Amino acid sequence: MTLNFAKFAARFNRGLLYAFMIALVGFTAMPIIYMVSTAFKPLDELFLYPPRFFVQKPTLRSFYDLLTATDSSIVPFSRYIFNSLFVSASIVAASLFVCCLGAYVLSKFRPPGASFIFAVILSALMFSPQVTQIPTYLIVSKLGLVNTYWALILPKIAVAFNIFLMKQFFDQIPDALIEAAHIDGASEWKIFWKVIMAVSKPAWATLIIFTFIGNWNDYFSALVFTTSETMKTLPLAIQTLAGGPGVVARSGALAAGTFLVTLPPILVFLLFQKLIMNTMVHSGIKS
Amino acid sequence: MQSSVQSSVEANRSLQLKSQKVSRFKLTAAGKKAALGYLFLSPFLILFIVFTVIPVVQSVYLSFTYYNMLQPAKWVGLANYSVLFLEDDIFIKSLKNTFVFAVIAGPLSYCLSFLLAWVINTLRAKMLFSLAFYVPSITSGIALSIVWLYIFSGDRYGLLNNWMLSWGMIREPILWTTDPDTIMPVVIIVSLWMSMGTGFLVFLAGLQNVSPELYEAGAIDGISSRFQELWYITLPMMKPQLLFGAVNAIVAAFGVFDIAVAMAGMPSPNYAGHTIISHLFDYAFIRFELGYASSIAVFLFFITFGLGRIVMKLLSSKEQ
Repeated sequence: MTLNFAKFAARFNRGLLYAFMIALVGFTAMPIIYMVSTAFKPLDELFLYPPRFFVQKPTLRSFYDLLTATDSSIVPFSRYIFNSLFVSASIVAASLFVCCLGAYVLSKFRPPGASFIFAVILSALMFSPQVTQIPTYLIVSKLGLVNTYWALILPKIAVAFNIFLMKQFFDQIPDALIEAAHIDGASEWKIFWKVIMAVSKPAWATLIIFTFIGNWNDYFSALVFTTSETMKTLPLAIQTLAGGPGVVARSGALAAGTFLVTLPPILVFLLFQKLIMNTMVHSGIKS
Repeated sequence: MQSSVQSSVEANRSLQLKSQKVSRFKLTAAGKKAALGYLFLSPFLILFIVFTVIPVVQSVYLSFTYYNMLQPAKWVGLANYSVLFLEDDIFIKSLKNTFVFAVIAGPLSYCLSFLLAWVINTLRAKMLFSLAFYVPSITSGIALSIVWLYIFSGDRYGLLNNWMLSWGMIREPILWTTDPDTIMPVVIIVSLWMSMGTGFLVFLAGLQNVSPELYEAGAIDGISSRFQELWYITLPMMKPQLLFGAVNAIVAAFGVFDIAVAMAGMPSPNYAGHTIISHLFDYAFIRFELGYASSIAVFLFFITFGLGRIVMKLLSSKEQ
């Protein structure tokens, strides 16, 4: 009898835990659900009082407004989409190449000074990127890159976190694998490309995803390095569209824009979730 | 690319042959490897030096100067720092705001992400739960501030005010993002919502990696409750992940900026949402007083770096 009761209590506790966690999920998901539902609201529902959480008669009207109505203004919205896509994609490609190559050296070649370089990289993890924004801005402006794509791309390639992540992962790869490739007569370049990169697919896939998401959402560098309308990226454009707190005009287009900005990172993460979890195991700092 | 790799290796080999005669073969191989290593490392190193190392050094230098981008920088010694701490009331206010934020949101988000990861790890549908908590952190804070501004809108149309009014909790709508008293709490809530980020993922991954045999061994050694398990097995096994999460949490907490600006505007009412980074941004990119702004950056750099080192000391294992 007592045993049964204990079992029942354990099960009850478990049920309670699930209920609590699901409630918590409901709470955290609320703003996102609201955002999605608002993006599909027709005009009369947007200004309804009292406001409704869920959309009653979904419509694509807001998306249509966003993509066409802004044509009459100076810069079409599609330009912002292109800017964001182009900048994010370029950073991802360049950072993947540069950081993986560098991490391979730090992990497997260990030339003199490698441990010092790694220590510097580790310290670079310890401050917010905004700290270096002023001199970076000076460098970018001296190079004459303000208001170009270079200004948005170049400073974001050699990121401490990326090389750190890859190095921690490469450390797990046994040296025997590389030696075997050596014996087979492969060049270092070929070993890196065909052996190391092939084995560490989850790690660099994770790097791609993080870099993409981070730069897709990046607001600060576009704010600092660009002044012209045509160079703005999506997060900045959305902010302008909103016109700051309290502006109600074009709130339909705004909701649709938010939806368009928010969706890609979620989709990308959903697709590659498993890979990311496998990689993150190795990302701890061992001191 | 390949040919240049070869040629530099060739050049290095001849150098090595001349200078090192003892155990020649081994050293040439090592020298060749090092040269190739530096070559592979150079793209990263160049960009890293230009856009991270030089900026840090230059920040320190500029912080001792008056510099407005038009005239050359003028050395002013410690003047910027003394103005910063003794005369700039708004900086002190931003410092206070940032510390309040960091002290509340930092540890809370750190503990919360560990706790959630720990609980989720025992549940079924792990992936679904982790996704639900992770997604807010990968959405754009700026973009979603539109939703939050609606939720915290100061009029009767605002979702929260609307609910609280209809439940009779308040009589008049609260001006969430314009009342200096409620701006910081609102920023903290939104940041917490978004904070289950990289740290959370690292914890989750680390937890899955603690081998079950350790728990079995622990049970034999007399560990009975789940909390004992957590304290004696899980936490020590996860030190590297905990350290990484802590460094992340510190940097994020002291770097708070865009959410505060998106929610409260810039400048915020009575500077209630002003943070160190807001102040830095104000002086650097609105007033173009880059020397003064650099002293703010250097100060922030020392705070996060110092805290990072302390955390590393605290969490580094003595046994190893």
